[in-house]
Amino acid sequence: MALNTILVVAEVHESGLHPVTLELLAKARAMGTSVHAVLAAASDGDTLASELGAHGASRVYLAENAELGECVGGFATAFAVRDAVAQCSPDLVLFGQTYHGRDAAGCASVLLQRTVVSNIVDLESEPELRAVSTVFGGTQRVATAVTGPAPALVVVRAKSFESAEPGSGSAEVVRLSLDLPRWVKAGRVAGRADESASGPKLEDAPVVVSGGRGLQDPKNFALLQELAAMLHGAVGASRAVVDAGWVPYAYQVGQTGKTVKPTVYIACGISGAMQHTVGMKGSKYIIAINKDEGAPIFKLADLGVVGDALDILPKLIAEVRSRAN
Amino acid sequence: MKVIVCVKQIPDPSVPGELVGPAHTLQREGVTLVLDPGDEFGVEAGLALAESQGGEVVLVSMGPERGADALRKGLAMGAAKGILVSDPGLAGADALTTATVLAAAIRREGFDCVITATESTDGYSGVIPQMLAALLEVPAVTFAKSISLQDSTMRVKRQTESGTEDAVVNLPCIVSVTAGVNEPRYPTLKGILGAKSKPIETCTAESLGVALTGSTQQVADVTPIAARGAGEIITDDGSAAAKIVEFLTTVKVL
Ligand SMILES: Cc1cc2nc3c(=O)[nH]c(=O)nc-3n(C[C@H](O)[C@H](O)[C@H](O)COP(=O)(O)OP(=O)(O)OC[C@H]3O[C@@H](n4cnc5c(N)ncnc54)[C@H](O)[C@@H]3O)c2cc1C
Ligand SMILES: Nc1ncnc2c1ncn2[C@@H]1O[C@H](COP(=O)(O)O)[C@@H](O)[C@H]1O
Repeated sequence: MALNTILVVAEVHESGLHPVTLELLAKARAMGTSVHAVLAAASDGDTLASELGAHGASRVYLAENAELGECVGGFATAFAVRDAVAQCSPDLVLFGQTYHGRDAAGCASVLLQRTVVSNIVDLESEPELRAVSTVFGGTQRVATAVTGPAPALVVVRAKSFESAEPGSGSAEVVRLSLDLPRWVKAGRVAGRADESASGPKLEDAPVVVSGGRGLQDPKNFALLQELAAMLHGAVGASRAVVDAGWVPYAYQVGQTGKTVKPTVYIACGISGAMQHTVGMKGSKYIIAINKDEGAPIFKLADLGVVGDALDILPKLIAEVRSRAN
Repeated sequence: MKVIVCVKQIPDPSVPGELVGPAHTLQREGVTLVLDPGDEFGVEAGLALAESQGGEVVLVSMGPERGADALRKGLAMGAAKGILVSDPGLAGADALTTATVLAAAIRREGFDCVITATESTDGYSGVIPQMLAALLEVPAVTFAKSISLQDSTMRVKRQTESGTEDAVVNLPCIVSVTAGVNEPRYPTLKGILGAKSKPIETCTAESLGVALTGSTQQVADVTPIAARGAGEIITDDGSAAAKIVEFLTTVKVL
């Protein structure tokens, strides 16, 4: 099935576009005849629109409105999506599976009266539009045909597609005047706190050193920080320790956290539950340290070490340090 | 105040899942349905709100009739009653249909606050709370890490990509809670016994005025993904650190 227009729902992260937006644009260009983007932003609309153009959007529907800075979550974006859909009648609308993207997708689904498919890791257009997800910890691949009237609404997990380098393209900007209902503006943001760690981002780091409940105590995460810093890596975590409040959610790897694909993933005191491994099994090499030789993490480790992480980590740090000197 | 908590009954997550039949739906036959463990956080959050303000918690669920047993757990924790929308036409319902049905039941019951979890353990579509907000046209604060209510103003710390946000919203509203937002209580023996006589009202989509249309998504194809092979497993005899360094050197990250 040939796809005509694909609409990518853009998201702002820190001062630029969210990486998942760039990934979606790259995939949309490979699949569709024309690629449009829609963006609702409090400020910097034109800069962001030209960035979208450089990544392949030929047209950007831009709703720029200072009020958006106070709106809670991604609901306002759904209204921009609705208006953009009315103008360009896309076959497919792509959202990133982020907090913001999930708010926007769920709300847009109701506004457009089309269901959404989420947790998507791949898209196929032949013989019909199919959205692919994985189930049972990534052991089975499920392709779902999305039929019914256009547009199909699809929510895609980050890191499913490769983003492309920006080119020389530029986008035509179509301005939308957002008319938000009262309920969307009723909640407001009173403050924000940044939890992002220094060093390379978890999603981009070539080495990820992750810890789980086996580290026994939150203060032992300092060992992971130290090792990660020496390896130019980032620290990750299992949900068990995130839920326990040891480290911020930004560290969580897995089904409800981030997907990482580093060169080396080092799992320390992590059992290897499928909800965790689904987020890291795409790593090139996996090293696991666990006291229990029966831990499921060993089924995917290239190097598995049965032992006490609290004993091995300090020695490992010392060895790596002596190499570096 | 009346707090509605949306809870789902799911196949026991400790039993490995299986896709069956021509439609590749999750095997439900012979599998016990339990209250989604993620929803226990929602029930706890609802009970805490109702206890602090005076009021009650009503559980709303859509699923097979035999799932009523799973609702008893929420009743045993302290909810006053359950509403179960059960309809053969809802088997395999898509996300928008599910939300439409839940919203109809919630609207009919009336509410000051609706609480959900952020994603269900079996389906994890992760968009139902947002759909409920748009259907009920009340403000939503999604991904709550902590909640407090004073007079009728709710303050919620919510998770975002880069950190947290403090959101302020007035009732009525919807809040989706993350795992770890609280410590769900264990049902007491008295709670468990009392739950047996608490009402669970069942209704159909039709009785809620929701017309069911056919699904616009069908599983076309299921294929196994090749498993990653395990590599070398060693037992630490004091030399594991050296062995790891050697590995890191071989793969050139050191
Ligand atoms: C809907 C849903 C979504 C989920 N999403 C995620 C997700 O995104 N990410 C995620 O990680 N989890 C997720 N989970 C949770 C997941 O199922 C597991 O509960 C979790 O990953 C376990 O974390 P853990 O490995 O740290 O803890 P445990 O399972 O408790 O494992 C701890 C391990 O440490 C080992 N150990 C103990 N002491 C030592 C020591 N001194 N040295 C070495 N090893 C030691 C033990 O042998 C054990 O294997 C999800 C669950 C559900 C239901
Ligand atoms: N069938 C259902 N019955 C009741 N609540 C549900 C149902 N499906 C989803 N929910 C609620 O919506 C949340 C998110 O689910 P989902 O979007 O399906 O991942 C769940 O944690 C529940 O609180």
